[in-house]
Amino acid sequence: MADSTRPLSLAALALAVLLLALLAAPLVAVAMRASGFMLSASDVAAVRFSLLQAALSSVFSTILAIPVARALARQRFVGRGVLITLMGAPFLLPAIVAVLGLLAVFGRSGLLNDLGAMLGLPRPSIYGLHGVVLAHVFLNMPLAVRMILQGWQAIPAERFRLAQALGFGPAEMARHLERPMLRAVLPGAALVIFAICLTSFAVVLTLGGGPRATTVELAIYQAVRFDFDLGRAASLALVQFAICALAAGLAWRLARPAGFGAGLDRHFGQLPTSGWRKHSDAAVIGLAALFLLVPLGAVIWRGLLGLGEMPASVWGAAARSVLVASVSTMITVPAALMMAVAVAGRARGMALIETAAILPLATSGLVLGTGLFLIVQPFAQPVALALPVTIVVNVALSLPYLYRLLLPEARALVADYGRLADSLGLTGLSRWRWLILPRLARPLGFGAGIAAALSMGDLGVIALFADERSTTLPLMIRQLMGSYQMGAAAGAALVLVALSFAMFWVCDRGGRYAAA
Amino acid sequence: MLQLDHLVLVQDDFRLTADWQVAPGETVAVIGPSGAGKSTLLATIAGFFAPTTGRVLWAGQDVTGTPAGRRPFSILFQDQNLFPHLTIAQNLGLGLRPDLRLSAVEFARVDAALDRVGMGGLGARRPAQLSGGQAGRAALARALLRAKPVLILDEPFAALGPALKVDMLALVAEVTAEAGITVLMVTHDPRDAERNAGQVVFVDRGVAHAPMSTKTFFTTSDRRVADYLGR
Repeated sequence: MADSTRPLSLAALALAVLLLALLAAPLVAVAMRASGFMLSASDVAAVRFSLLQAALSSVFSTILAIPVARALARQRFVGRGVLITLMGAPFLLPAIVAVLGLLAVFGRSGLLNDLGAMLGLPRPSIYGLHGVVLAHVFLNMPLAVRMILQGWQAIPAERFRLAQALGFGPAEMARHLERPMLRAVLPGAALVIFAICLTSFAVVLTLGGGPRATTVELAIYQAVRFDFDLGRAASLALVQFAICALAAGLAWRLARPAGFGAGLDRHFGQLPTSGWRKHSDAAVIGLAALFLLVPLGAVIWRGLLGLGEMPASVWGAAARSVLVASVSTMITVPAALMMAVAVAGRARGMALIETAAILPLATSGLVLGTGLFLIVQPFAQPVALALPVTIVVNVALSLPYLYRLLLPEARALVADYGRLADSLGLTGLSRWRWLILPRLARPLGFGAGIAAALSMGDLGVIALFADERSTTLPLMIRQLMGSYQMGAAAGAALVLVALSFAMFWVCDRGGRYAAA
Repeated sequence: MLQLDHLVLVQDDFRLTADWQVAPGETVAVIGPSGAGKSTLLATIAGFFAPTTGRVLWAGQDVTGTPAGRRPFSILFQDQNLFPHLTIAQNLGLGLRPDLRLSAVEFARVDAALDRVGMGGLGARRPAQLSGGQAGRAALARALLRAKPVLILDEPFAALGPALKVDMLALVAEVTAEAGITVLMVTHDPRDAERNAGQVVFVDRGVAHAPMSTKTFFTTSDRRVADYLGR
């Protein structure tokens, strides 16, 4: 038994130690450089704004998600499955693209304001707290919907049968079945979204800014990039780490992971739906679909119009993005797989492996980026290492998602075929070749697609390091927006979405093909 | 000779002892009420459960610390005896070489083993394309290819119908007798023991009793055996 897993266990342990070192080194560098915990007034304001926007984003996302999830849970209609699958998409949508889509709808010259202007209404600005929260709700409400929908579907069908047998009306149903479920699911969902919004960068970079709408993550960037005050950046990074670690720790304890998969289509005990409830459900679903689809449609429409305005440099940036995404995927997927298989096989040191796989959730792109910047700076021009550092940070930040995706699959594999493989002496490379890789090909392909899309759309640490020769596509979009070339930005955004989707599709298809 | 030397198995508040041996070529039915620990005992012998104390020996060699795949035993589980993503020929080939780099001679042996269990020509199929009985035959064919001196059956045919199960056990008896293989089989059905086994190990209240001849088992005046059999 031990014999068959020892090499793997050693490799996974080595990976875990490497990953821990990779996380610890920047933190140590940051701690050594930090100019004390004395925060200036503007830093305190950044902390306050960080917490405020994350809290508002998380509250609005979860509260708005409840009626949507409830409507999706109790109604059956054509396109329901597609809509639920679509709810998984914003997680993979590059944040900068989401922002462009929202600007096209809610921006000063966006669709909504054009409509309002026809009615003689003023054109309000999308920039500031409300814009940041709007974008975060757009990106995270679907995630909350999926988590709550899972909660709804986790209520056993027998419970609904019993409720119907007892003649429960909607009020009793809500009191005895739905509210207890929501009480169990909502805090976790809210905390996960809170933690995500704390480390959000691209949204705040584009829609926030200024003394009144700067988060800690953005303040770190500004301290490095504009003020070149590395001591202050380090202090802010420490603060950010403390906040994120706390939020991620709480979220980890309270939340049940939401699946990415298409699933969630299982039929279950029906809730009573009649009369006005049917209509209100339809309205809720319609509004949610509009809220998600119109900005996405706008991205495509404006992107098509803007394709001709793109400078040629977009293609170089696109090539760099594909390179970064490919390399980080090729590192993340095998690393996550080895760690998941080792933990599923109860290898020695599994506690350490699991900790290392999850710990990146407690950091942020710019915290790691600042630390790496400090480490690299005495030896080399940070700009020269922009792409390698981006790859490293992308690997660290996407590993927890991949690990969480692969662990249950690896556990099922051990439960179903572990003994059979052991009894046949199927160990070492043969076990990978004939059992693990073919059986896990499907989730591996799907996971690789997620890693590639996440890395493709990431706009974080690259902004700290890059100059024009190492710009990735998301950063280039940001720069085009900054110079008011909105048409070119929209075109580049369409290219980015197309490439992200293509990479996801190729990986996912590859996995399915290998599994067939 | 298979020897269990002062074996003690403990798991939570479950405890089982065994201290006996089985002569080579013997077929032993392991029988007793459910929850008595029959499967745990066989899992321990096969190498999936570590005994708290005591040793498992084959031909005088201590195999207690040997990984399952390197013990001189083959085991058929209740289910999941074949990998669904591999063909039947590949599943059998794993019994010869886990890296599946088979020579022409080894391929021929796979085909011969399939013929032996009445499944000639079905090597290219996947397990999902087989009936339950055929899957059992394929797993048995792989055990023959592995040619280990002990075959452990943890009720692999329990899900088959009664007539099919009798057929399968008859096939097991036939092929293991040819090769002189020792068989340990868990069963819930005393008639399986009557038909196939020369000896019976009765597992009850924390003790796996030493093998007795099947005839003795069915005629003994031992209270517990009589209670179990309902005599």
